[in-house]
Amino acid sequence: MTPRDPASDVIEVIRHPAPGPVAGAYRAFGATLKGLKTTFARIIEGPHVYQYPEEKVPVYPRFRGRHKLHRFEDTGLEKCVGCSLCAAACPADCIRVVAAENTPENRVSAGERYAAVYEINLSRCIFCGYCEVACPFDAITMGHEYELSDYTRSDLIFTQEMLLAEPIERTPLRAEDE
Amino acid sequence: MITYAAQFFFEPWWVQIVKALVIFLVIFGLLPVVIIYERKLLGRMQGRFGPNRVGPFGLLQPVAEIIKLATKEPFRPATAATFLYQIAPAIAILTAVTSLSIIPFGDVVHIGSQPVGLYGIDVSVGPLFVFAFSGISFYGIMLGGWASGSKYSLLGAMRGAAQLISYEVSQGLSLVGVVITAGTLSLTGIVHGQGGIWYIVPQLAGFLIFMVASFAETNRAPFDLVEADSELVQGYYTEYGGTPFAAYTFAEYANMIVVAGLATTMFLGGWLIPGNPHVPAWVDPLIVLAKMAIFVTLFIWVRATLPRLRYDQLMAFGWKVLLPLATLNLLVTAIVVVT
Repeated sequence: MTPRDPASDVIEVIRHPAPGPVAGAYRAFGATLKGLKTTFARIIEGPHVYQYPEEKVPVYPRFRGRHKLHRFEDTGLEKCVGCSLCAAACPADCIRVVAAENTPENRVSAGERYAAVYEINLSRCIFCGYCEVACPFDAITMGHEYELSDYTRSDLIFTQEMLLAEPIERTPLRAEDE
Repeated sequence: MITYAAQFFFEPWWVQIVKALVIFLVIFGLLPVVIIYERKLLGRMQGRFGPNRVGPFGLLQPVAEIIKLATKEPFRPATAATFLYQIAPAIAILTAVTSLSIIPFGDVVHIGSQPVGLYGIDVSVGPLFVFAFSGISFYGIMLGGWASGSKYSLLGAMRGAAQLISYEVSQGLSLVGVVITAGTLSLTGIVHGQGGIWYIVPQLAGFLIFMVASFAETNRAPFDLVEADSELVQGYYTEYGGTPFAAYTFAEYANMIVVAGLATTMFLGGWLIPGNPHVPAWVDPLIVLAKMAIFVTLFIWVRATLPRLRYDQLMAFGWKVLLPLATLNLLVTAIVVVT
């Protein structure tokens, strides 16, 4: 076995001679004209921006925004049965569920029990979507709302009513070809 | 024999004061326009709108910025040399505005029976006057950088001074070609000499050299190493805030207008239009301003296009390429004119 020549896999870099001052200036001039053409073409193309507060950036269908709680459309009962699986799945520990029994007089959900308290602390939430995966009744899903800033931390604790309500302004959904 | 005074100071003193005020106010009114124009055009070239929130189409943005800067608390670093620190921005803005006074906006017109030249003053040394004052403007940079008492400001100032000195040579030499062709240093004389053909045609090389050197002289991209926002944080005026900061920015834009005016006068025939149709005298200043706008647009366009040079590239380009080319251009022009 012949010893391997360590220099055998070295590829020699081919360096062209650096252009002289005149050739360099000539090349720079040509490249400058090309660059000027490129920037001018951007004016003709027009801007590619969203005028944000007026014009919202559309999201993809699977975008994970603020959570939504759902009701059955026919009966109006809450889908959530207060099983706390979402709270157990939550890695950020931001969901708090307190369950209570449904009674014939006070029927809130379709199951035996319902969530008397359902709170999500959005200042802790990392929007991973595990709650949505954990939920056996599709009662909680990730919505499309992404404008979630507020002035105090306590305002970011979303209660059951807030999560059940439709967002005031719907986030635009991205079209197929966008 | 016409004395010097009779040739150049044919106006009474009050006309000269009014002229000075009008030019000063017009240019100062133009500065915010140039600033918003630059930001809008730069935005368009980068695929965005530029400022569009303050006022209609964002046109009041510079006004908002001026108000913001003017109402800021004046401060200075504890290490600053107080007097020089305060006087440096004033020097910068003074030299820039003084150079404006010799840009001719039109010929001598008769308002009533009073002949009035549509320029600040028609000095017999023309371009030299501009170079004299851009020489003084080094002090605005050097003193500003040194008096701030900050090493980065000083570094920026040193870079600025070195760059300005290197490129002023080429800029001056490129104008000498025009001066030789015209046979006069008076700027109105040079404009009158362009009745047949604008000097941009016979002096194309000189024009290109002048423009490149001017980019360096006005600290504009791609030669904005003096400011180098991303490296030096505005270089020599890092330590300035509020009104002095605004003064430096204004001086920079005024310098740009001066260079645009100089290029218009020396190469684009000042207030002349091709074919020399007879136009009323009040159109002349508008023609000059329109031609200056072309140059300002070019400045902005180049800023949007080219990345900043490395410092050794800047120096090598100035001394090894631009200076020999300018000298060669001067030599050829001189031979052509003499023979």
